Amino acid sequence: MKITILGAGPAGLYAALLLKKNDPRAEIRVIERNPADATYGWGVVFSDRTLAAFQEADYTSYKAISESFVIWDTIAVRYRETEIRCGGHIIAGIARKRLLGILQDRCRELGVALEFEREINDLADLGEYDLLIGADGVNGLTRRTYEPELGPKIEPGRAKFVWFGSDLLLDCFTFLFRENEHGLFQVHAYPFTGDHSTFIVECGEETWRRAGLDRASEEESIAYCERLFAPDLRNARLLSNRSLWVSFQTLRTARWHTGNVVLLGDAVHTAHFSIGSGTKLAMEDSIALANALSQYPDRYPDLERALSEYELQRKPVVETLQAAAHESRVYFETLSRHLDLEPVPFTFNLLTRSGRVTYDDLRLRDPRFGELVDRWGHQVGREGRRRTAPAVAASPAFAPLRLAGLTLTNRVAITAAEGDALAQGAGLLLPTPCVVSTDGQVWRESDVASPEWEATWKDALKKRPRGAHSAIAAILTHAGRRGATQHPYEFQPRLPDRPLREGAWPLLAPSALPYTPKSQIPRAMTLEDMQRVREEFVSAARRADAAGFDLLLLHMAHGYLLASFLSPLTNQRTDEYGGALESRLRFLLEVFDAVRAIWPREKPLGVALNADDCAPGGFTFEDAVAVARILKEHGCDLIQPLAGQTVPNGAPIYGPAFLTRYSDRIRNEAGILTLVGGYLTTMNEVNTILAAGRADLCILSQAPSTERAIREVMRSISRWSTMKNRETAL
Amino acid sequence: MRIGVGLPSTIPGAPASLTLDWARRADAGPFSTLATLDRLAYDSLDSLTALAAVAAVTMRVRIATNILVSPLYAPAALAKAAASLDALSGERFTLGIAVGARKEDYDAAGVSYATRGRRLVEQLDSLRDLWEEGRHGPRTERLAGPQLLLGGTSDHVFARVARYADGYAHGGGPPRAFARAAARACAAWEDLGRLGAPLLWGQAYFALGEEHAEAGRAYLRDYYAFTGAYAERIAAGLLTTPQAITQLVRGYEDTGCDELILYPAFADLAQFDRLAEVVARLVEAETQQPASVGRSS
Repeated sequence: MKITILGAGPAGLYAALLLKKNDPRAEIRVIERNPADATYGWGVVFSDRTLAAFQEADYTSYKAISESFVIWDTIAVRYRETEIRCGGHIIAGIARKRLLGILQDRCRELGVALEFEREINDLADLGEYDLLIGADGVNGLTRRTYEPELGPKIEPGRAKFVWFGSDLLLDCFTFLFRENEHGLFQVHAYPFTGDHSTFIVECGEETWRRAGLDRASEEESIAYCERLFAPDLRNARLLSNRSLWVSFQTLRTARWHTGNVVLLGDAVHTAHFSIGSGTKLAMEDSIALANALSQYPDRYPDLERALSEYELQRKPVVETLQAAAHESRVYFETLSRHLDLEPVPFTFNLLTRSGRVTYDDLRLRDPRFGELVDRWGHQVGREGRRRTAPAVAASPAFAPLRLAGLTLTNRVAITAAEGDALAQGAGLLLPTPCVVSTDGQVWRESDVASPEWEATWKDALKKRPRGAHSAIAAILTHAGRRGATQHPYEFQPRLPDRPLREGAWPLLAPSALPYTPKSQIPRAMTLEDMQRVREEFVSAARRADAAGFDLLLLHMAHGYLLASFLSPLTNQRTDEYGGALESRLRFLLEVFDAVRAIWPREKPLGVALNADDCAPGGFTFEDAVAVARILKEHGCDLIQPLAGQTVPNGAPIYGPAFLTRYSDRIRNEAGILTLVGGYLTTMNEVNTILAAGRADLCILSQAPSTERAIREVMRSISRWSTMKNRETAL
Repeated sequence: MRIGVGLPSTIPGAPASLTLDWARRADAGPFSTLATLDRLAYDSLDSLTALAAVAAVTMRVRIATNILVSPLYAPAALAKAAASLDALSGERFTLGIAVGARKEDYDAAGVSYATRGRRLVEQLDSLRDLWEEGRHGPRTERLAGPQLLLGGTSDHVFARVARYADGYAHGGGPPRAFARAAARACAAWEDLGRLGAPLLWGQAYFALGEEHAEAGRAYLRDYYAFTGAYAERIAAGLLTTPQAITQLVRGYEDTGCDELILYPAFADLAQFDRLAEVVARLVEAETQQPASVGRSS
């Protein structure tokens, strides 16, 4: 078999030597346009798992690599003049030049032909081969030649970065953050020999322009960065090697092979350098390709199978890592929103940025770091005012939370029915939302904030056992155009938003648009309607206070009445309550202000806020951040972000923790406390979100079970029977 | 978790009588369900017709499409066929639907492939009403019509499961992949305020005995040829030993799967007997186990 490999980077060389080892009869040549000793980039890193794969694939080169690398297990984060270290991340660094030297030597030893300083401008110049392996990098000729067959997509990053070396002595992977008059700069630095380190400087494009780095020469860039990072570099220098500012290009490729041509490494996929996986992925590709080809040797018809096997094995792995790299890249691009975080949560947030690492993982890797996180969680008091850190502390979920005049004993909220609510250990209980009037009912069985409701709850809350630690919230809503629907357990098929067949009451909405094509057409609210609904919210809030609820949440999401004022999809009014965002927000603020005026200051008042319609032309995440800021100015203590359901076909991308990104941004950009749900089923997820400062309170979902479903049915039946007399009760 | 078995109705060359013999045997146990796969432009039995015949020769076992490429049908025709099958089988029918992924099927039916997603949503929207109103008959005791499952892999599937269906039909893969998809369905379910949990169905292929493994893989390569390189991966996942089946069943049990359907990749009645033997033991072991605590289900 004649194999031609284009590109003598780590992927190409490693593939060459593994293939030659598997089949010494194969004729393998590697073609490279640069000289054998050219060096671009400085050091590269591998995890312990990758090293184990090297050991298995070729012990000789593994041994040489392992004799040359520096190994460490700590990640250090230097931010606000504090350095926080977290151990347990075994990483090995090696000079790229040394790695290439080892692989070249091994190739020669095995009989691979290496042709350096040979520029190829047309694949036709390569002559005959049975297999062509394109290992020629992100802008390689191979991929460019087979563009239509392979379907590559390149997405440029928004930040600018430059790849320096340094004679700074580092003992581990180090993140540095420095801010000056131009903006924020961050450094990803790690040792690769005993005396040199890689030193990547990254910043936003605007910062880069403000600093004049778009016009700076290589020397001027070095001088600028040396000045900025002088406290970290001490007497060390930055070193350049054709070090230019660029944007990171993420390459994804639909198909990795076509005919007898296959791609490897950066030629087929790239992953942002912040997760340090480029060379690792490239060399793992080489291993997988060599394994696949060794299963189907020689015969041409088998080549397709082998290349498919390689692609199928590697593509999902690479895509998972690319997804993590994407999260990581976006994290660094939007880092400025996290600059209000204290060093401990800042570090924790950084370490868990890509979603692959959790609280439990970090605790296992470095128990002392875990304890630091726990103690910090218990240290911050009201409004971020520091208390002394306790000597011992439970996990962040069990840190008390001060909200206005209320102290929650822990940061876990659960949704619960009245009956079983009071005995459980959660810091906050969230009963089913209650509607402010009968025409705001979702279904006939919806709780209405009636005098009877007040009395029932007053009684229940009075009977709270002494020392009960759970606070309880009242959630007030008005169904708007989502009202008058069938209750899931009264009618089959138990689907949401099925209009009542008989006995429906007239519905209200900002505009006369039905929720689904089969829903009742609501009446566009008049100013009198709006005044009445506002008063209903106020009187419901009074009753919630009198009943003894500790916290009040106004529901402004999921397409219910207040939320439907917010969205341009559902609010098409031409008066002062429709049009621009501030007009669509007007009615919500009137309701909020009226409730705020009578709701006691010491009791928290929050809003369940639509964070995104998830529908074209709808209310957006940007809008939500702006609204959260305004609500805060109006005295809102807590935001619970929700998404979707404004219109029936608008839904977020569901999955565990699907609301966390909304909470993270609203909390850290609007500077307001948040409560987040989104199908969090383990305390590990809760602790990860809290320790990273992505929310202040989490709703723990109880995994659905038959038992729970039965309880809900029983409850709704008993409720229904009491509600039959609701008209007389009101 | 219940274990169902697929019908050999989509294996080219399998006689129609095998599907009926297979069904008769399955009615005696240990399987909970008999299910079909669906293709139009392929040498296979029509799903709804096959299940109607199966309904006639069975008394106990559930029958299911898992899934049916439903956009090929007009909504009223599908609603009527499904309700009829439910009525004729004594309400034993589960309708699993999805867009499928083969353009040839759409071309053969003269239905636009580009608008398949929209057609599916329209169907989801109207099926329940057509059943509930019983406008075109037949009506069964259960007004809501047959149990409805939705399959698919796009990001939007899970929201649609929660809004319109009784559960999610997964397309197959290792337990971990199933668990990830199941969690997404549960997240959507909770967000839309649905009570309880979605029904979660999984599936896998078997051809027991090394002597049939290659034929089984060849069938899968052919059936999934449209997926290109991915067909090889599906073929590689074929369960060929009792151990492999046992391991997969245990893996799925821990994910909260409600119903796992094992589809034959080799058309021979002896395959049914070999699988039944393995599954009977698993079902027996399950019933003898003490109530478990800490399972993710």
